Amino acid sequence: MKKLNVTIVDDDSGRSIILERALKDAGYEVVAILSSNDNLLLHIEEVQPDMIIVDLDSPSRDSLESMRIVTQHNPKPIVMFTNDTDDSMISEAINAGVSAYVVDGFNEKRIKPIMDVAIARFREFQALRNELKKTRNTLEERKIMDKAKGIIMDQRSCNEEEAYKILRKLSMENNKRIVEVAEQIISITGALSN
Amino acid sequence: MSFENQQQTQTKLEKEQLNIGFIPLTDCATLAVAKEKGFFDKYGLDVTLSKEASWANIRDRLAYGMLDCAQMLATMPIISTLGMGGWKKETVTSLVLGVNGNAITVSSRLYNELKDINPDFDKQRPVTADTLKQLIDVKKAKGDKPVTFAHVFPSSTHNYFLRYWLASSDIDPDNDINLSVIPPQQMVTNLEANIVDGFCVGEPWNQSAITNGSGHVLITSYEIWNNAPDKVLGMNKEWAYSNPNTHAAVVKALIEAAQWVDIKENRVETAEIVAGEKYINVPVNVISPSLTGSYQYHQDGDIIDIPDFNLFYKYTAAFPWHSHAAWYISQMIRWKDLPNTMDVKNIIKDIFWVDFHRQICSEMGLDYPVSNSKVEGQHLHQWDLASNEHSILMASDTFFNGETFDFS
Repeated sequence: MKKLNVTIVDDDSGRSIILERALKDAGYEVVAILSSNDNLLLHIEEVQPDMIIVDLDSPSRDSLESMRIVTQHNPKPIVMFTNDTDDSMISEAINAGVSAYVVDGFNEKRIKPIMDVAIARFREFQALRNELKKTRNTLEERKIMDKAKGIIMDQRSCNEEEAYKILRKLSMENNKRIVEVAEQIISITGALSN
Repeated sequence: MSFENQQQTQTKLEKEQLNIGFIPLTDCATLAVAKEKGFFDKYGLDVTLSKEASWANIRDRLAYGMLDCAQMLATMPIISTLGMGGWKKETVTSLVLGVNGNAITVSSRLYNELKDINPDFDKQRPVTADTLKQLIDVKKAKGDKPVTFAHVFPSSTHNYFLRYWLASSDIDPDNDINLSVIPPQQMVTNLEANIVDGFCVGEPWNQSAITNGSGHVLITSYEIWNNAPDKVLGMNKEWAYSNPNTHAAVVKALIEAAQWVDIKENRVETAEIVAGEKYINVPVNVISPSLTGSYQYHQDGDIIDIPDFNLFYKYTAAFPWHSHAAWYISQMIRWKDLPNTMDVKNIIKDIFWVDFHRQICSEMGLDYPVSNSKVEGQHLHQWDLASNEHSILMASDTFFNGETFDFS
């Protein structure tokens, strides 16, 4: 069977590289990786890929929708195949932030394996991003805690451990996360000192 | 307890937390204001406004229930319901979110070419495409590359306005020019790079091309057809059926927001809100011209007073007139996006919920039109419309070429 040509449109170059590798490993030909700023319509007219995988949040999707106007080569969003393909797959794809366009006459059975790869990679990338965000938050929370502890240590002339205990007690009494209590202390102190 | 408060306590919301999708354009104003000025809160709604990157995204995420409602192009509920292009999902609207608001802009290069043919071609407004027709003929004879125009979505309101304007001067939009689709926020860049010679788009992107000197506005959508709807609040029909009280609450909040926005003194604050990072994220001076009705066709040109450039409530702007929908469908049929065997009346009745709108107005003590349609293009000046209570002051509904459209 002829190798399928896939074009990726994604402004996140990290993710598109991971997706490209995964698609190549699965036996597909990735003919191009484009960003929103590239001339997508021209590329599709020239290269005529079988399938275009697009970041759901790429504004280029509206241009793709209009392909029938400029060329006979007519990619349709996979959501249009819902009658024949697995509806939950498309819902999953939208959840994962990936969308795809396939050309007319494309064998619908061949969509699923590619979408599975794309969905998995988009999810993986999302998880990585969330992890990073969490790490960043944890670091920020630690900074906030340290600052609040410093304030308590100053006012109560206590050591760090006692300051922490005070924070924890306040947190339990008020049914709030420690970091929220810490934030409150910082903002109140800030307001009072102004 | 006021009547309104009684109403609120009597009706239980099926859903309080809502996701509403929007595209960062000036006429997302009602949604932004409803959120920022507390109108959603007032009706017990906890609304997250979800900024979407494309109309396709709005359609898909609405269809799959990730959005409860969404700002849609006025033609989109028709497109989705009829499955134009293969995709089918019954979609309804009971509220227009914005009237007018678009314009046709051309690159400075094309503008100068038009001036070369006729230095006075845009002296008299509304400007026709007659000189453009001459230019296209000249280019054709010379074997030059055809002129390219862009709009924002297949079967968009912009598409039909552009086609209507071109065809009035005997330009065949399917054969005499290239038409393509470019996302609004990329229009100006494409104009500067000479990838397109002109476009029809909503604000702030025309004024953005004026501000940076890359383009000239030839005609506003207001001039092409006075006070036609451009955006609506769309939702799946099944959602509307299973969440009637929530639907009513959203519409009430948005009507109050629209009334607020249409108070002249509030337009500057509205511009500041929609210019913000959460919304369009552009400098406020690019947003203000259309919202305050002080519009510019050229970078160094006079400031023209177009108070109705963006309307949200005045002159029944929020009412989903069936004659407006019918005109759009007539254009879809004209350009062969739909077959001419449609049962237009019934389709419109299913999609554009005038009775629901009236019910809301009645609960809010507001006047509403008793008719579903009016003869479009017949009113050259302000006029009085019969309503349930008092008469309503209406604005003109003229087409730039003097045509009328009777759907009755």
